[in-house]
Amino acid sequence: MKTADKKNTAVSVKADKTWISSVVASIICILGGLLVGFIILILLAVFDQDIPISEAFTGVVTVLGGPFSAGNTNDILFQLGNMLFMSAPLIMTGLSVAISFKTGLFNIGAPGQYLMGAMGALLVALSIPTDVVPSWIVWILALLTGTVLGALWGMIPGFFKARFNVNEVIVCIMTNWIAANVVSWVFKATGDNFINYAETKVNFIRKTASNGVATATFGLDKVFGGSYMDISIFLVSIVAVILYVVLNKTTFGYELKASGFNKNASKYAGMNEKRNIILSMAIAGGLAAAGAALWCLNGSQDFKWDTYMTLPADGFNGIPAALLASNNPIGVIFASVFLKYIAVGGSNLAAQTSFNEYVSPLIVAVIIYFSGISKLLRDFLVKKLEPRMFDRDSKDRKRRPGRKVPIAAQNSGEGGEEK
Amino acid sequence: MIFLLQKTLIFTIPLLIVALAGVFAERSGIINIALDGIMIFGAFVGALGALLLRGNPFFVDHNQLTFILAMLIAAAAGGLFSLLLSFSAIKLKADQTIGGTALNMLAPAIALFIIKVFFSKDMLEMQMAPDSTGKMTDFGFVILNDDLGPVGSVFFDKAYISTFICVALFVVLSILIYKTKTGHHLRACGEHPHAAASVGINVNRMRYLGTTVSGCLAGLGGYVYIATVANGTASGAVAGMGFLALAIMIFGNWKPLGIALGSLLFGFLKCLGVIYSQISIPINGQDVYFLRDLDLPMYFYNLIPYVAVLVVLAFTSKRSRAPKAEGIPYDKSARESR
Repeated sequence: MKTADKKNTAVSVKADKTWISSVVASIICILGGLLVGFIILILLAVFDQDIPISEAFTGVVTVLGGPFSAGNTNDILFQLGNMLFMSAPLIMTGLSVAISFKTGLFNIGAPGQYLMGAMGALLVALSIPTDVVPSWIVWILALLTGTVLGALWGMIPGFFKARFNVNEVIVCIMTNWIAANVVSWVFKATGDNFINYAETKVNFIRKTASNGVATATFGLDKVFGGSYMDISIFLVSIVAVILYVVLNKTTFGYELKASGFNKNASKYAGMNEKRNIILSMAIAGGLAAAGAALWCLNGSQDFKWDTYMTLPADGFNGIPAALLASNNPIGVIFASVFLKYIAVGGSNLAAQTSFNEYVSPLIVAVIIYFSGISKLLRDFLVKKLEPRMFDRDSKDRKRRPGRKVPIAAQNSGEGGEEK
Repeated sequence: MIFLLQKTLIFTIPLLIVALAGVFAERSGIINIALDGIMIFGAFVGALGALLLRGNPFFVDHNQLTFILAMLIAAAAGGLFSLLLSFSAIKLKADQTIGGTALNMLAPAIALFIIKVFFSKDMLEMQMAPDSTGKMTDFGFVILNDDLGPVGSVFFDKAYISTFICVALFVVLSILIYKTKTGHHLRACGEHPHAAASVGINVNRMRYLGTTVSGCLAGLGGYVYIATVANGTASGAVAGMGFLALAIMIFGNWKPLGIALGSLLFGFLKCLGVIYSQISIPINGQDVYFLRDLDLPMYFYNLIPYVAVLVVLAFTSKRSRAPKAEGIPYDKSARESR
């Protein structure tokens, strides 16, 4: 209903219609996921005598509340700050996946690029002595090194695709594991300078704060109850906006999208589709790596260096973030924050009720499942709304009874979920 | 050396069967990026089944029977789970990559959720259970444990019954998809669904069939993986094996023979990386551990299989060809665009 109101205020341009439909479709997906999560909680409460049914209701409210279900104000601020901080790398990997999707590529290599970015940033941030070079310069150098390293790493699948026509998915998967081993190898070889012996955490790299390098907080960490909060979330939001402008308002962005939409047509139109593929993957790699660099440069994070058996979860979670946002860079911000929001809700759920935290990934997975049909839903909504736009001209706009449509669509959407 | 080959065989089998699972889905026109998720789900349900079966001493006495039953349970679970993918991809014409990603997230979530609820743990381990005489018995599946000479040892010593079942399945299904009418129909749906429909093939049914077979195989592969490679521990992950199998499938050019070669090569190199320090060749009556003596870090050996795949791909990619219609929802009324 809320979206219907929003719609009435925002229908000044025709294009807004599709935009609204996208948002409505996404919200329907999210509601569907929550509904399924709710049903699971109820089922569990029904079958488990120890859990009263009412706890299912408390549970779903807790998950929905995210950090706000933490209890007292200080905890809420603390969790909120951490949530925003953790969202930043996820936004970056989400953008990374989104831009590759826009070019018709599937960047499942974000975990590898993420690791390379973390390695580059940590090596620089911890090796340049800050008593010689100002720490903010070291910070910038570290971020740049990580980004460049990730961009180069991302170029590998792009190069294989453009030069040898090898499916980018397979190269991404291989480079992920290669990166995991390379990072472990590098830190194993140079270990003594970087491993956190001081705090006897031998599996982790020293915090960059130990060298005086940390992302500026402007007191935000204090505001948010002593959390990890820094300005990275604002930095990545700016990146997302820039990416949005580049993709939608520049020739370069148009070329990237054209290459993704129809490779042959863009080639025919004189675009260098091979260059575009490599560039797109390089940008994607740089984005994911920058996200990792920002995470490490927070200054207080433990990076596990012996990572050859595991890949970072945020790398893979970029995929759902991008999908949930239909690859729209601005949408990725909200999608990523939402994913982290639900995750925080899940850990609160585990802490406060007899349910466990895995309800959150369950809900998110169902949301992603529904978002697969969100394009269908969106087209359906657009079709429902469009005719009015063409039938009557602009003077009739105020009388348009658009209110009913989203409600009807919502019902039909939920009807589908019951199957 | 025999040890290395034994390990290779054990490691290769899940890759082989899951890569074949990918072939069945993609040859029918559905991109199955959910192989990893289906493996996790199959592994979890299979392990759960085995655990429950072993509550009965009869099944503890007959470990091999339990193993086979658990494999069947895992396959059925994988098949059912894959219906989520085929339903969204075929009936709802949803984006198959998104559907697959959702399944990849759903499987560990379900598995961990249930394990946590019922066992208050983060992983499901095979425990000792009393057999009919009351003796506590562990969950060992090894058939024989004998020295049978060089060739026999590779295939039979410390072998699992799953190895033979999977190889047999692989051969039978490979023949099925190439030599039978249903197999031809299935592959036609992945290349030219409209042409297939025009001669009376039910494209949607073929795609359901392909994806379900794919799900069964992936679920089976997942359980075989945890039972043989991962010490019977089901958690919310299979160490990225599903994605590796996906890569092997592309590597093998969507063909069974290519897959067999690819997974053997990959499995061999991967095992080499794990046990390189134990490999010796006798020189002048002395065992020389030549790989260990090179003194390279283990990361180097871990890298080899992945780099090798990339190198091989760079040289062989020219003839690489994905099924033409994969990933495109079949719409009866639409014109074929390519």
